[in-house]
Amino acid sequence: MHGFVAIYLREMLILKCRLKRQLAGMAVSPLLYLVTFGYAMGDLIRFGEQSYLHFLLPGLVAMASMTQAFAIATDINVARFYWNIFEEFQAAPIGNLAYVAGETLAGMTRALLGVGVILLLALPFGVVLHYGPLFWLAVLLDCFVFASLAVAMAMLVKSHADQSLLTSFIITPMAFLGGTFFPVDKLPAWVQAALHCLPLTHASNAIRASSLGRPVAGIDYLVLLLVGLAFFWLALHSVNRARD
Amino acid sequence: MIEIDQLQKSYGAVRAVDGIDLRVARGELFAFLGPNGAGKTTTIRILTGLTRIGGGRAAIGGHDITLEPQAAKRQCGLVPQHVNLDSELTVRQNLDIHGRLFGMAPARRRTRTAELLDYVEMADRIDQPVKQLSGGLKRRLMIARALMHEPMLLFLDEPTVGLDPAIRRRIWALIKRVQQDGATIFLTTHYIEEAEFLAGRVAFLDQGRIVALDRPQDLMARLGAWAIDRINGEAMETRYFATREEATSYSASQDCGFTLRRVNLEDAFLSLTGKKVS
Repeated sequence: MHGFVAIYLREMLILKCRLKRQLAGMAVSPLLYLVTFGYAMGDLIRFGEQSYLHFLLPGLVAMASMTQAFAIATDINVARFYWNIFEEFQAAPIGNLAYVAGETLAGMTRALLGVGVILLLALPFGVVLHYGPLFWLAVLLDCFVFASLAVAMAMLVKSHADQSLLTSFIITPMAFLGGTFFPVDKLPAWVQAALHCLPLTHASNAIRASSLGRPVAGIDYLVLLLVGLAFFWLALHSVNRARD
Repeated sequence: MIEIDQLQKSYGAVRAVDGIDLRVARGELFAFLGPNGAGKTTTIRILTGLTRIGGGRAAIGGHDITLEPQAAKRQCGLVPQHVNLDSELTVRQNLDIHGRLFGMAPARRRTRTAELLDYVEMADRIDQPVKQLSGGLKRRLMIARALMHEPMLLFLDEPTVGLDPAIRRRIWALIKRVQQDGATIFLTTHYIEEAEFLAGRVAFLDQGRIVALDRPQDLMARLGAWAIDRINGEAMETRYFATREEATSYSASQDCGFTLRRVNLEDAFLSLTGKKVS
């Protein structure tokens, strides 16, 4: 337990040092999406009774949870490859579980901050949704999935450049294809099937349904939980591979 | 304190550590001396759990590093070759996180932080971010951090590399004091004078093997006490003598320039391996 607290606390202290820059960075992309897709083009698109901004905001929450949680991989890699701080953890008498849990929770915390920034940014646009327990459960599961994936990838890559490639080939495509900007159910069946393989699609579905007050699908939550546990297990078993 | 039997580690076809056997006693200040790539850092990395053991066995304080890694790690403090402090955090925060990693209670972390910062003469820097410290201060803080959890054994991997001579001597004095206060110290270096000044015993490491192991004075005494360097054609030739008188009488017979000096560990290393340490 002491190792988990130390790892998490260290990340939080660093986050505190960088808080203003981090918050500003977290605000830029969502603000651009809200202005361009939501505000400027939003009147051209409607989903029944709802504006495109109401459709878009849950998608942005899902996307930000993913990107901010996954960004912990960059911090881990900088600590590992540039500052060699990872060695301090390896030389300490802590288990892999403490390390992975600490970093995963740090990624989730950072992602929740990003979600908070988006919800605040949405207020001036007049978008207020239902932020009940099912909404927050879906957000937490989304954060858990991608923070766990981030820790696993950070342990498996051999350089910081590899990490950037993973972001380009996995995270960025998923951000656009995972039901964030458009409804997946309007696509052909085979495309829908393919996109349902992406955890972000389930996160978008769950976050959108819960925040718009629609019935939620339990399967989305179950998929996120199972994928998150699988990534966490992968991270746990990848820590030893980070040693020579 | 340290027991190593046939320790091995390979990277592809390269044998970084090639069957090292070693015993280091409690309270000893032991040094690994060798050129870059000799296997010094790899040995320390294996002993501290940073690198997987390739073969053989090692134990620290009676705890096998493979079978009881956490118990072995609790015995050790590590000062790595490169600075690996959290530069954005303060001196206090760096020490506190280390204490937490080793499961120290809050009150003990506080008192130990104050004690150690007094010890390394950095008490006035406690709330300063590490990025504002000089290279020498960072090195002293790394030593303080490694001592935070009161380890029985301190590993110092090239502790003064990159530091200027005045700061290097200050670090040496600190290392001596740590040993006098009861810690066992395992040091790697490629600075001859560092090994001569600090170590009770020195092992010469070359291509992953220990080629000699003895007290520094005994390693040097194998060659004599005095050395004369002279240019012979395009090569430097060194001759060794038991006494200064023998050396000066030899030099008197030479018709070229020469340098008379005391034998050092570099001579001993060169005579055994045919290469210089640095």
